Amino acid sequence: MINIGVLALQGAVREHVRALEAPDVNVIVVKKALQLEEIDGLVFPGGESTTMRRLINLYGFYEPLKQFAREGKPVFGTCAGAILMAKEIAGQPEPHLSVMDMTVERNAFGRQRESFEAYLPMKHVGENIEAVFIRAPIIQSVGPEVEVLAEYDGQIVVAQEGPFVACSFHPELTEDDRFHQYFVQVVRDSLKVGVTAE
Amino acid sequence: MEKRTGTERVKRGMAEMQKGGVIMDVINAEQAKIAEEAGAVAVMALERVPSDIRAAGGVARMADPTIVEEVRDAVSIPVMAKARIGHIVEARLLEALGVDYIDESEVLTPADEVFHLNKSDYTVPFVCGAKDLGEATRRIGEGASMLRTKGEPGTGNIVEAVRHQRLIQAQVRKVISMSDDELMTEAKNLGAPFHVLQDIRETGRLPVVNFAAGGIATPADAALMMHLGSDGVFVGSGIFKSDNPEKFGRAIVEATTHYDDFSLIAELSKDLGVAMKGIEISTLEAKDRMQDRGW
Repeated sequence: MINIGVLALQGAVREHVRALEAPDVNVIVVKKALQLEEIDGLVFPGGESTTMRRLINLYGFYEPLKQFAREGKPVFGTCAGAILMAKEIAGQPEPHLSVMDMTVERNAFGRQRESFEAYLPMKHVGENIEAVFIRAPIIQSVGPEVEVLAEYDGQIVVAQEGPFVACSFHPELTEDDRFHQYFVQVVRDSLKVGVTAE
Repeated sequence: MEKRTGTERVKRGMAEMQKGGVIMDVINAEQAKIAEEAGAVAVMALERVPSDIRAAGGVARMADPTIVEEVRDAVSIPVMAKARIGHIVEARLLEALGVDYIDESEVLTPADEVFHLNKSDYTVPFVCGAKDLGEATRRIGEGASMLRTKGEPGTGNIVEAVRHQRLIQAQVRKVISMSDDELMTEAKNLGAPFHVLQDIRETGRLPVVNFAAGGIATPADAALMMHLGSDGVFVGSGIFKSDNPEKFGRAIVEATTHYDDFSLIAELSKDLGVAMKGIEISTLEAKDRMQDRGW
């Protein structure tokens, strides 16, 4: 079995838990930093990034999360989760966890009335992925090691840097689990690499 | 790549992102910043908090758009605002101002005693109050994307919010256990749209997020409402009517996240100063009961 955690400080946790389900996956709802030791991969759910960041600091998650990423363990961030992962946030002096070489812009499509859904093709994942954008960020630019997996209207909305995947929409709000299952595969592969390295 | 705005998924999804969070009432930019700093997931821009609306009496209307704009421009978290029940123009106006969520609220004086807003018509999502599953499902039928208990706003007394949340949860459990031939009679008895009850029975839960609101005054109150199955909490008068809003706000946010960590809640309940003064519900006259507005 592989263990995948969903960071449960605030936001859409239940939906991610459902979407990650697979015969060989045990999903763990992570509320305490110590639980990071039990898991092989982690999802940062959608929610409010400023709220989540405050709670990350408050509950001593900051350093353990950085360490988790430094060890090369897979992380999947959706919407607010992607903002937490970015190395730079446009218009803000400091990033949050800075685990992925990209610059994000918050609320890039506008306010809630501009929130929308659309279908996108995604590299490695498939065609017609249902994408629900809610006060969504965009990925303005990415570093040389980062692969762009999907764009919408000329803007980067999904990117991957090794074990780290960031996405500006909410795959967890749809019944289409292909994207989550892609991340599950990233976690499986990371464990295989670990075995050969030893 | 066809782009669709204002879909049910986009509107309900917005509320899903607020789960486990605290939404705070604020009356100016300064309070909005304090709320954001304290960890609120959204703010509700108002001219007066419910306890002041109660004290002022008269007709309570939508806030001055200047206040809504001031709050909107002060924070990066979502901004909500209240429109009177059935007031189509207040709602359209708030939508035009770019608020992220509208509360069709019994805290304001109703503009229509018969019809609630047809919320499916709007691009902006709505939250509505409910005392029982009948009200809850009627609001969903009209297009509400989020629910909250009515409680009794501005009283600092949790008893009504508890009553409403317990009742709704019990009624949901009952619907889930019903057979096909019982469901229509239940719809008739509750005054509930049949298709919404079918949806609840199929999925085993309400189709939208359901927060607690109306009378939450302490961190322990917030944790109690989470314990009873609320998806998050609205705090109206409780924070900015307390002695130390910063500390109080933070404590309520933490108690909501970790509602099952009792030693933590005990710690953060220490030295909070005086909470807002409460009102015993039985001393309220019928005309002062906000929960009886709407149907």
